[in-house]
Amino acid sequence: MIYRQAGQFRTSYAADSRAIPFREDRVALALILIAAYFVIPFTASDYWLSVILVPWLALSLVATGQNILMGYAGQHSLGSAGFMAVGAFACYNLMLRIDGMPFLVALILSGVIAALVGVVFGLPSLRVRGIYLAVATLAAQFFIVWVIDKFGWFTNYDTSGIITTQRMEIFGYRFTTPAEQYLIVLGIVTALTWLADNMARGRTGRNWMAVRDMDVAAEVMGLSLLRTKLQAFAISSFYCGVGGALFAYAFLRSVEPTAFDIYLSFRVMFMAIIGGLATTIGPFLGAAFILLMPVFLNTTFQGLFGAAVDATIISALEQVIFGVAIILFMIFEPLGLARLLQIAQDRLRQWPFKY
Amino acid sequence: MNVTTAIQAATRAFAIGGPILELDSISLRFGGVKALTNISFNICEHEIRAIIGPNGAGKSSMINVINGIYTPQEGEVRFRGERLGAMTPQRAARMGISRTFQNIALFKRMSVLDNIMAGRTLQTRATFLDVAFRTPRSRREELESREKAEEIIEFLEIEDVRKTQVAKLPYGLQKRVELGRALAAEPKLLLLDEPMAGMNVEEKQDMCRFILDVNENYGTTIVLIEHDMGVVMDISDRVVVLDYGKKIGDGPPEEVKRNQEVIDAYLGVAH
Repeated sequence: MIYRQAGQFRTSYAADSRAIPFREDRVALALILIAAYFVIPFTASDYWLSVILVPWLALSLVATGQNILMGYAGQHSLGSAGFMAVGAFACYNLMLRIDGMPFLVALILSGVIAALVGVVFGLPSLRVRGIYLAVATLAAQFFIVWVIDKFGWFTNYDTSGIITTQRMEIFGYRFTTPAEQYLIVLGIVTALTWLADNMARGRTGRNWMAVRDMDVAAEVMGLSLLRTKLQAFAISSFYCGVGGALFAYAFLRSVEPTAFDIYLSFRVMFMAIIGGLATTIGPFLGAAFILLMPVFLNTTFQGLFGAAVDATIISALEQVIFGVAIILFMIFEPLGLARLLQIAQDRLRQWPFKY
Repeated sequence: MNVTTAIQAATRAFAIGGPILELDSISLRFGGVKALTNISFNICEHEIRAIIGPNGAGKSSMINVINGIYTPQEGEVRFRGERLGAMTPQRAARMGISRTFQNIALFKRMSVLDNIMAGRTLQTRATFLDVAFRTPRSRREELESREKAEEIIEFLEIEDVRKTQVAKLPYGLQKRVELGRALAAEPKLLLLDEPMAGMNVEEKQDMCRFILDVNENYGTTIVLIEHDMGVVMDISDRVVVLDYGKKIGDGPPEEVKRNQEVIDAYLGVAH
């Protein structure tokens, strides 16, 4: 009875095309944001803040980038971890080599550098599509990590090839505690998600989806396939780059290039797919699923069996259950968690009636 | 000119003008296959021009030449007196040529409204940064696009499905949405590739009405490929007949209907 939308009239086109059409949903989002900004930093444990929430937010941002490319523009890519590496190491070198470089500027510039690299590796999209494009973007994944590993300049000639990220400092204030670092990541992720949602719902997103759904018709409308696809690659890589830099600066802190391996790319892709492609909330749900499911399984199994069963068997079992969960999920709800949320909302609107 | 056509001509809001598109000795080959051989005809401003002919006659190839998907090996296309060398679909779109496809080519996973608004991509200028930051320009264009799209939605009588994903619509409505998307670009020249294929009589009548109304209200020049002779003879001003990539007839419907070559190749005779 609390979730009723009757009587909410949209009397202008602007009101009809709002990001969140219903008042209840807007209130819910506002409450979540208030909790995220004002409650969680003070109540959550340091472990939760820096080991769960910060990587979740950073990877949600990367998955948002993957979603732009795969969900909206329909270009399959397996290079996201490579672009994350570009972002992380670009940020490190900008901070290292330019005196007084503010962190936020370095962060945005590292996103721009990742975007430029993304455009280069997006060029094959003009000739190949689908699964073949995904294979072509593997080149980005392997080449980028190899280059950063091979040439010492990127890691400032560290003998172990591992960089230690600089402090995050904005307007002279140093973000050192887990709560502060969580807040800075949250702020950036909120802003960039708002921008991504605007793009997806506006002219830019329509152009991407036009190319995704029927490229011949898009071209006949006067759209340049070249520019639209490369734009999607650039913006997607920007998100991956910024997400990668945040992942490195607020979570990993000591970073080796091989942290951005193909496995991470796959995980990001799963986040985008399981969360629900071409939705704004999907990447967040997908990232939560992929990150939290193993943690949840782990604690459950430890609680159930504890020391009774060999630890290696437990961890193998976790992997099996995780894999089966993904398969079942893809069979029963291929449109992802976002779709489940939508269904739940639709049910709630009618509750307690069936229809 | 008989009485009815005289009345039609007199009551028409946009009188048929001079040639807007001229095709001069067009030949198109795919390897050894001659799709079009030495075809010349013109399309006058504000008229409804039909292209008919048996399967494989080169009708769709003709449309693809006009909007730049195919480049003919010989001959030239002039649009409003301007010679088009290497025509591309984008260039055609910028010059005001819109089209629909024989097999529906809608953006299947987008809503009807988004499909039609997507058709206005050339009428809008906002960059991705404008859109991302919701600058005044982006918001103004978005509203303008929406208003224009709603005008088309009302015109095509598809108000009730505006937020429906097009893949979920029945075939006849999808054809209508595709016409809407083409209209959203405010074309000078509209190419319709079998807009009534696979429709029942009522749907055909609706579609005819829409085509005539587009021509009447906006003065849009229309090129139409159609197999239903009743429709063609009813709504078109002039007809081109193709057979095996060659032009075998050209003129007003009554005249084409009596052309012996056209009867032999396409229309057939009552037995």
